[in-house]
Amino acid sequence: MNEKPEKLIDKKGCRLDGRKADELRPLKLEVGVLANADGSAYIEHGKNKILAAVFGPREMHPKHLSLPDRMVIRCRYHMAPFSVQERKSPAPSRREVELSKVIRESLEPSLFVELYPRTGIDLFIEVLQADGGTRCASITAASLAIADAGIPMRDLVAACAAGKVDDTVVVDLFDLEDKLGVADVPLALMPNLNAVTLLQMDGILTPEEFEQAVNMAMEGCKKIYAMQKEALKNKYMAIKEEVEEE
Amino acid sequence: MSSLVTRVKLKQIEQLIAKGKRLDGRGIGDYREIKIEQGLIEKAEGSARVLLGKTEVLVGTKIETGEPFPDTPNEGVLTVNAELVPLASPSFEPGPPDENSIELARIVDRGIRESKAIATEKLCIEPGKNVFVVFVDVYVLNHDGNLIDASALAAVAALLNTKMPNYEVEDGEVKIKTGYTTLPLKSRPITVTLGKINGNLIVDPWLEEEQVMDSRISMAINEEGNICAIQKGGSGYFTPQQILEAKNIAIEKAAELRKKLGW
Amino acid sequence: MPTFFEKKQVVTPGELLAEGDYLAGENTYMEEKKIYASRIGLADLDNKRVNVVALRAFYVPKVGDIVIGTVKEVGFNGWTVDIKAPYTALLRASDVLSRPFKPQNDELSQVLNAGDLIVAKIASYDRAHDPQLTVGEPGLGKITRGQIMQVTPTKIPRVIGRKGSMISMIKQETGCQIILGLNGVILITGKSPEYEELAMMAIKKIEEESHTSGLTDRITQLLKEEKAKLEEK
Repeated sequence: MNEKPEKLIDKKGCRLDGRKADELRPLKLEVGVLANADGSAYIEHGKNKILAAVFGPREMHPKHLSLPDRMVIRCRYHMAPFSVQERKSPAPSRREVELSKVIRESLEPSLFVELYPRTGIDLFIEVLQADGGTRCASITAASLAIADAGIPMRDLVAACAAGKVDDTVVVDLFDLEDKLGVADVPLALMPNLNAVTLLQMDGILTPEEFEQAVNMAMEGCKKIYAMQKEALKNKYMAIKEEVEEE
Repeated sequence: MSSLVTRVKLKQIEQLIAKGKRLDGRGIGDYREIKIEQGLIEKAEGSARVLLGKTEVLVGTKIETGEPFPDTPNEGVLTVNAELVPLASPSFEPGPPDENSIELARIVDRGIRESKAIATEKLCIEPGKNVFVVFVDVYVLNHDGNLIDASALAAVAALLNTKMPNYEVEDGEVKIKTGYTTLPLKSRPITVTLGKINGNLIVDPWLEEEQVMDSRISMAINEEGNICAIQKGGSGYFTPQQILEAKNIAIEKAAELRKKLGW
Repeated sequence: MPTFFEKKQVVTPGELLAEGDYLAGENTYMEEKKIYASRIGLADLDNKRVNVVALRAFYVPKVGDIVIGTVKEVGFNGWTVDIKAPYTALLRASDVLSRPFKPQNDELSQVLNAGDLIVAKIASYDRAHDPQLTVGEPGLGKITRGQIMQVTPTKIPRVIGRKGSMISMIKQETGCQIILGLNGVILITGKSPEYEELAMMAIKKIEEESHTSGLTDRITQLLKEEKAKLEEK
């Protein structure tokens, strides 16, 4: 571990990785990356590297878990043992159980669960490398995987955190800022419906700072949403252009 | 929101809420009656039982010595666990903790941890080697909705009631002496949960409301009226306006409870 | 009362397509007089109806659909059949035997066994019940030869083409019999495996380039070229 830096933001307002307060980390999204899944996506968000896959809708196993009037969504968020500095045990931690639940609940509002009663979808998220903000990056990727599986959706879900580092409210905290900062507010948004589907917070914020953080996180979500749409379209436009060039 | 019975109830609840009323006679911004009883488990270092309407939660604390986390060698450790005891509800099953009990424990944990309620720096015995570990065990005894607020209240009430053993270090060994001091606390966070039913926010949802509401939001508020932890739950959503409204209500309700409890 | 898309524009879930006096067609939904896309696809306006031709979807059974399925399990009075849908289909023994089924005499696995392929029609299906199949019509029943391929079910109309133009062209050029399961499973039976593969290649290309124009001409061209190569050998 590096020594704890004195300041997380310098006099010019630059963060440790050189970003401005309202600047996102570089983001790369790719759709349809896994052959065996019904839908899949890969995200690189800063140093986070995460795969998401969707199977279904399909019959539930075991069958008694199915519901007569709606589709059941199961979600597993899991971190690879090598994804962090110290090896993480592959057994699911309490943190992973909680995150699996909140990620699922952040995506459920985007689905028409009543359309396919007695079925289920399984959502698998594997964090290959973690560097702060993995729940948000996971949601962004998982929503794309659902779209790629052709499952009807109300909107794509984009997620981004904001928080407080030193005395400043900033967007999209990376690991060190998350650990040493004052507060972290992960948020997920369906931008076209103006619906917040995930909101958590830890650390201490005044009501004013909280409002500022929510607005900043929503702005981040909107930027990420535009990239999600691009990534989805790219998968299909690539074929179109190839043909037109002939 | 899955059976026909609850659909009928949903309509009933919705119609009442539109008029600012609730099935159990409360207004949409009212808490149920709160009763707190402390120190009822003698063998625990601290304990408290909270009744929130018919919801009943018992919290016991134990203090042991153990190793600190490597990144905080000078601080004591907080461990929160929650048990949805099968006798509390027909929907609770015996077995290892499920996602609901894990989420509950982590929400209670975050409220205490992020508000820095426990002066963990005073729980260090030997830096990097030996510290006090505070175990907070949440026992849900009757489930009638809003386990989060009841558990968070009971946890803080139990911590307020917790006795720290006197000790001395001899040749690197911790010796527990007779007598106690109180556990050093710096803050008393209060968690306020709101449910969303048909676009309306209600305070302290009880069981029947929980069964029809599409989402909830919980906020832990400290003495200064600042927010120190938030958790959204459920498969619905909030508009940004509703979140800000929820924040205002939570801060107001926490202050109200704080006054009532003398915290 | 505007629409917010160009004809055949690629749209993503959640994209606002129209506002006001329009009808929500396929792969769209309406909320407060606004119509949004619910799948990635190509937006289109048909009179007042806004549709999205999905680029990705899965098969949902409809009564009367012809599907191709795989027998999963032999039960005590019928079979369960995988039809590549969210629901497993059932085929009753009495439907195949065309007479009352007698458990003491009839060994079902000798009629159809796990792994067998069948062409069948959806006889009944609703939200509360799994789809039931029938094979009691000409052209339906167990498949004994040919090659099977799977395409995204939404691409089947493109493989058929306008008034069946695409599929009859492929049949003509390759001399293969082709059965299109609406669940995206396709059976191709030709005079030799080479011709079957030729047809499969054409269909694969249609699937990949389904949303481009001039496709029939390109596929015809391709088939003619490849067939010439094949016949030279």
